[in-house]
Amino acid sequence: MLGYAVRRVSGAVAVLLIMSAVVYVLFFLMPANPAQLVCGIKACTPDRLALISHSLGLDEPLYLQYWHFLVGLFAGRDYSTGPSIVHCAAPCLGYSFQYTEPVLQIIGERLPVSGSLVIGAAILWLSLGIGIGVLSALRRGRWLDHVVNAIVLGGLAVPIFITGLMALMIVCVWLQWMPFPTWVPFDEDPVLWAQNLVLPWIVLALTTMPVYVRMSRAGMLETLAEDHIRTARAYGLPERQVIGRHALRGALSPLITLAALDIAGILTSSVLTETVFGLPGLGQMTVQAVRNVDLPVVVGLVLLIGFVIVVCNTIADLLYAAVDKRVSVQ
Amino acid sequence: MSESVVSVRDLVIDFHTEGDTVRAVDGLSFDLAAGRALGIVGESGSGKSATALSLLGLHRGGNADVTGSIDVLGTDVLAASNEQVRQLRGNRIAMVFQDPLSALDPFFKVGDQIVEAYRAHNKVDRRAARKRAIEVLDRVGIPDAARRVDAYPHEFSGGMRQRALIAMALALSPEVLVADEPTTALDVTVQAQILDLIHDLRAETGMALILVTHDLAVAAGNVDDVLVMQRGKAVEHGPAADVLGAPSAVYTRELVAAVPRLEQPRESKVVGGEPLVRVDDVHQVFTVGSFLNRTKVHAVEGVTLDVLRGEALGIVGESGSGKTTLARMIVRLLRPTSGRIRFDGRDLADDRALREVRRELQMVFQDPVSSLNPRRTIGESIADPLRVQGEDASRQRVRELLALVGLDPDRIDRYPHEFSGGQRQRIGIARAIGLRPRLLVCDEPVSALDVSTQAQIIRLLASLRSEFDLTLIFVAHDLAVVRQVSDRVAVMSKGAVVELGETDALYDNPTHPYTKSLLAAVPVLDPELARQRRLERGLLTP
Repeated sequence: MLGYAVRRVSGAVAVLLIMSAVVYVLFFLMPANPAQLVCGIKACTPDRLALISHSLGLDEPLYLQYWHFLVGLFAGRDYSTGPSIVHCAAPCLGYSFQYTEPVLQIIGERLPVSGSLVIGAAILWLSLGIGIGVLSALRRGRWLDHVVNAIVLGGLAVPIFITGLMALMIVCVWLQWMPFPTWVPFDEDPVLWAQNLVLPWIVLALTTMPVYVRMSRAGMLETLAEDHIRTARAYGLPERQVIGRHALRGALSPLITLAALDIAGILTSSVLTETVFGLPGLGQMTVQAVRNVDLPVVVGLVLLIGFVIVVCNTIADLLYAAVDKRVSVQ
Repeated sequence: MSESVVSVRDLVIDFHTEGDTVRAVDGLSFDLAAGRALGIVGESGSGKSATALSLLGLHRGGNADVTGSIDVLGTDVLAASNEQVRQLRGNRIAMVFQDPLSALDPFFKVGDQIVEAYRAHNKVDRRAARKRAIEVLDRVGIPDAARRVDAYPHEFSGGMRQRALIAMALALSPEVLVADEPTTALDVTVQAQILDLIHDLRAETGMALILVTHDLAVAAGNVDDVLVMQRGKAVEHGPAADVLGAPSAVYTRELVAAVPRLEQPRESKVVGGEPLVRVDDVHQVFTVGSFLNRTKVHAVEGVTLDVLRGEALGIVGESGSGKTTLARMIVRLLRPTSGRIRFDGRDLADDRALREVRRELQMVFQDPVSSLNPRRTIGESIADPLRVQGEDASRQRVRELLALVGLDPDRIDRYPHEFSGGQRQRIGIARAIGLRPRLLVCDEPVSALDVSTQAQIIRLLASLRSEFDLTLIFVAHDLAVVRQVSDRVAVMSKGAVVELGETDALYDNPTHPYTKSLLAAVPVLDPELARQRRLERGLLTP
């Protein structure tokens, strides 16, 4: 098990390093000249352009640029913004000349928003999705199962900007139960934080949940048909033990991987939800950075997204191996 | 006659599938007296397993209708409440299943599963239950039980898992043990060990046994009475020696006649031809595991043998002995790691030579279900290799081939699922002989089939062999089947051929200890002889 963990983690580190290199090369190959973008068009003299190129480090060969980037990641680096020098502390993901802020700081401001969104929603969709899926499997062929199936199909078919806007219209406009949600940081006022997030949580959970209902229902049915469940029954285990211990474990362990990927994905790119509910999260920021060709931010975000996905995946693999001892053997 | 512990009257089991009802058991009645052993034998689909499951009320909540009456130790299983049935299960009537690889929950430790079953019926703390688990694991012969109690099922071999399941039953000391094909998935030596274990435990505890099996010889050595089932009905029921020794029902007679006999000599063809295949110091090493954690598995280690023109060479061995790997290398589905295989003088490692002789090397596979593409008609499957080799692949030719293997040519456009196991194996054979091969390698061609179907396929192979002058390699784990088919036999163990000789000589006077232990483990049809064999085995392994 420990050997397996070491292998998985070192694999994850290798993936991140390779990814950072690839992103950096892509960044370099882009047709847009970042110095030109910072310099603008009207007031840009060749001297000024060269100065900006130098301060961005663009006059160096590619491998040196990447090296500085790596050093910055682990030791921090300095950027000169014309007159003054800005220190970007480790781990330095780069410096945005458009925001005039280190990339990490920009991301750091948005991360809590996306994090709050995804954690609350995940708790909802996991508990509801699995609960409904399992119940529906145990009542297979009865009316509850059919109703659940219909709802799941509906949930899969309707995109989040429809459900989200409808929820806003019903709750905030017609019923006027609450004002339109805005972002309130947790450390400012936890109650307001939660109040403002309830609607996004529910909407996001509802659109993510159907897959979980489906998978836990199918997993449960499959596991219930397995021989070892028959063994458990044949030895007189109480039915709640057969279901609760033996069937659930087999049925739900495949959901670990799915949940990890969904959480990573929603954390970094739930741009639709964020836009509908006016939440200044990472998804919105990504769209803006791409639109403004703010390359340091884009590179930083891509790295962060990769990091989150790799970390979530590694956690999922380790969890899965802890749940199912056969995994670390294979 | 002592009182009965199990009493079944007019049992009818109907399975409902979409708009269709299948009657699996049709008016079955029998009694089992305390301490006695009853064998329920029959071919697949005879309803024997459905009967076994019904004794523990395991059809509850499923898609089966069970009527009639089942009395187990004074409990009316069909009328009892769920809780009453639960208290009966395991505690008073326990069950051992066919596939030990899937019968235990892979997520939990073996010991914990025994503890759980024990505590479902006994008000004891975990520590006491664990002590009991170690005790019974030790009793069923798990070495170092105090440590292995914390192992997961995947860390046990198939035989050990079956032992663990028996231990689970033993922990609860039930009055009746129902064993549903407990050794079908196991190697013959392991089968003998498991059956001997059940035998010893019965002698110790006096528990009654219901042994469900398709193998008449397994029943012969382990039960007092035999009940023969066919299509859900009992066709014969009586003392084992009578039913198997002097069967009165026609069906039983056919069944007994179809059982391959280990002790029966066959008229071996005198073979003195030249070698068609020369296998020269062949090795096969598989690398398993990820790139950071590789281990090498030596599947075949230095096999040298000749296959003579026109002969039938049997290759026997237990699982993991390398027999299938060797067979696959001979038809060059696998490239040997080292060593040389020549077919008719041509080295198969040479791709050009291989292309020339490819059509002459054909293979029939073990699993007639998965070796046919379910989405293609059988006609297409048979025509494919013909077309690839530029042969006549016309419908007429395919129809001829179907007729040749005893199938109705008009079923050419049907799909594999519409055929029975034996028929599918015929399709596989038709596909292999379409190219008129000189060498036909059959890998466990009959191990998935019922005995009567086995006999038909073996007869078919024999007739094709003489008609087309085929050389046959017959790979199987069943020693009796191999004796029926082969002129010479090679015994494989741990990747090597330990003994090779003319069939009768090898079976009657085995020289290698491994061959001896294999032969001693084969179940025999005569209950008296079976008893004697068990005693001999007891002496071999104290």
